[in-house]
Amino acid sequence: MSPYGVDQRHHILSVLVENKAGVLARVAGLFARRGYNIFSLAVAPSGDDRLSRITIVVDVESAPLEQIVKQLDKLIPVVQITELDPAESRERELLLATVAVGPEERGQVIQLVGVFEGKIVDVGTERLTVMVAGAPGKLDDFEDLVRPYGFVELQRTGRVALPRLDRQAYPHDRTHQTEKAG
Amino acid sequence: MSQPELTGAQALIKSLEMQRVEVMFGLPGGAILPVYDPIIDSSIRHILVRHEQGAGHMAEGYAHVTGRPGVAMVTSGPGATNIVTPLADAYMDSVPLVVVTGQVATTSIGTDAFQESDITGITMGVTKHNWLVTDAADIPRVVAEAFHVATTGRPGPVLIDLPKDVANATMEWYWPGPSDLDLPGYHPVTEGDPVLVRRAAELLLAAERPVIYAGGGILKARACEALLELVERTGIPVVTTLMARGSVPDSHPLCLGMPGMHGNYTAVTAMQRSDLLVALGSRFDDRVTGKVGTFAPEAKIIHVDIDPAEHHKVRRADIAIAGDCRLVIEELLSALDALGLPACPGSGRAGTPGVPAAPGAAGVVRRPGATPMDASPGAEPVPGSPAAAFPRERLDPWRAQLAEWQERFPLGYIGQAGEGGLKPQYVLETLRDATPDDTIVASGVGQHQMFASQWWRFEHPYTWVNSGGLGTMGFGVPAAIGAKVGRPDRMVWAIDGDGCFQMTAQELVTASSERIPVKIAILNNAYLGMVRQWQEMFYEERYSEVYLSPDLPDYVGWAESMGCVGLRVTAPEEVGPAIDKANAVDDRPVVIDFRTDAAEKVYPMVAAGASNDDIVVDPALGQGGR
Repeated sequence: MSPYGVDQRHHILSVLVENKAGVLARVAGLFARRGYNIFSLAVAPSGDDRLSRITIVVDVESAPLEQIVKQLDKLIPVVQITELDPAESRERELLLATVAVGPEERGQVIQLVGVFEGKIVDVGTERLTVMVAGAPGKLDDFEDLVRPYGFVELQRTGRVALPRLDRQAYPHDRTHQTEKAG
Repeated sequence: MSQPELTGAQALIKSLEMQRVEVMFGLPGGAILPVYDPIIDSSIRHILVRHEQGAGHMAEGYAHVTGRPGVAMVTSGPGATNIVTPLADAYMDSVPLVVVTGQVATTSIGTDAFQESDITGITMGVTKHNWLVTDAADIPRVVAEAFHVATTGRPGPVLIDLPKDVANATMEWYWPGPSDLDLPGYHPVTEGDPVLVRRAAELLLAAERPVIYAGGGILKARACEALLELVERTGIPVVTTLMARGSVPDSHPLCLGMPGMHGNYTAVTAMQRSDLLVALGSRFDDRVTGKVGTFAPEAKIIHVDIDPAEHHKVRRADIAIAGDCRLVIEELLSALDALGLPACPGSGRAGTPGVPAAPGAAGVVRRPGATPMDASPGAEPVPGSPAAAFPRERLDPWRAQLAEWQERFPLGYIGQAGEGGLKPQYVLETLRDATPDDTIVASGVGQHQMFASQWWRFEHPYTWVNSGGLGTMGFGVPAAIGAKVGRPDRMVWAIDGDGCFQMTAQELVTASSERIPVKIAILNNAYLGMVRQWQEMFYEERYSEVYLSPDLPDYVGWAESMGCVGLRVTAPEEVGPAIDKANAVDDRPVVIDFRTDAAEKVYPMVAAGASNDDIVVDPALGQGGR
């Protein structure tokens, strides 16, 4: 499996933090200090301008997830941590790549970009810059297919994720129902 | 009505006054200059140290004995980096500390300005939180937040970095209320989950070989009385870790003393053989557990800690309760009430007179300490209640086993003979017996620290001040000074090594000039003793870079030059008189240079990485291992 793919070793933490200077350094520093590996990291403002959202994909083989979450929770500016099971969440990521293709192969790559519902961002004489957004696995597939043409640059944003939506009529009663059933 | 305009510096000092700070330890410099001006007019006593590390450790010593946050103030750059070690020390041992550092002006930050250092970046990993203040108007709120964070939940050190231009700027004074604190991500849990507490109580009543494993959290939570009640009502024996010495009196029949790498045989083995460990404010430190995989293999674990990150970190707990130790123990006592455990067994502190130490091999001295396990019956449980299955006699076989171990493997040493250096244990025993029960003892780190913890008899909480987690050599002298400032009514002794003493002794100048009459006992064996011990035991006696010198420096001359009384003791018969002489001095510090035997090693010992099953008691005592 491609190093970008979803597998059992990875877990997604969606972390709401205070939007203050140095908070990312505190989070990243904690990971470094305690020997946890960050697989990918995405940071952006949240809906509330006092808060930012950090989406961290962690390698749970480097440490038990429970310990990572608890240590993270001890950081004063961390307001809320949501663990997202990849199987129970919707993940998206963006890929931006410059491919070394001249006029003769250009059409093939453009076709692939079309199949992956991506966009051509820039065209040069011997190069093409493309953008694809989607689930990380889809981006992995795209990468595998385009790699033979030769990447000059490849950047991925790191994933963001939200929980899968419940399709039951009254989602908030779910826990309650489970308890009753039990 | 508008509030007065204050400078940031004035606002900082006023904020500290609002926090009822009585004393601060510090040393001024360029970037913190503005804040030193209003100190002249403040009610806060400032103690001028000789090195910033001393300020930090003094603040720690003060916090250890008073339970109030210690406050230190230093300048930017090297001033700030010099206090990193005390911050790391306080972080490891959960000591509430508020450190204020000066910083270069905000306009110069990031330019490699004179005496600039990124102290908030440097101390992120060794503080509970830190703040870089960029607006003078934030100062009162940040100070209030800093004290709140330092003292609530799991206590710890915090740092406020104050740029010089912010200190010079003006602001409209205010004092924040509790709701004005901007800490949306900070909500420490204090009360235990009642369901878990009830289950813990049931486990307690079902155990046959239970041990209470009391850690420093007991002292931090002011939970000693509650713990004593739990111990006495259940009849469950208790070990007190290095950080918890004194939380239960050593003379208590159910107190087994210190566990761990240099713990006594019974405390270590009781944990190993237990079927239930009740960890209260302790964190399964490697110095306690030995090899984790073989630690207390049959024990179920109840783990009470205010920091949920400690649960399951080292050892998976069967019941993990997040909460303040005092509150959770009180809840546990109520749960035991509800289960029908009688309120007052009437035994516990049976006041059994100390059984004279059993005669050992010729010349062997045994620690008098605790009364042996007392299996006296308590009040009967209410018939028909769940606790009816828990008559105190139920634990009699276990307590009898512990008593047998105490009898067979007491702490001991080959007594003081005329020849060679003084036995450090003999010095400590003499000192212990010549000082009041409530004497505060501070120590550095190494052999002398372990000897002190083993041979002192801690009868009161908050009488033992040491560096447990970080193991900071040089902690003893400044920590003792801070402790004496916090408790001027108490006698304060530092038990130090010659290596440790040389690291921070200059703070005795501070003590002399501020008239803080601490007493220092240097166990001078002319070596970095603990390292020497390891080289002797594990490196075929190849002593590498551990020899200091008994005479260089001249400790008596050095002490006198620092305004202290200096004494030297080389013969056993001089030990007692020298201590009496020191105890009689009350107007200046005293330093006694005790020339001790370098060959003396700390036993018992569990080698690093070894199992606690392989505890080695002193071979010289002729009792072998287990």
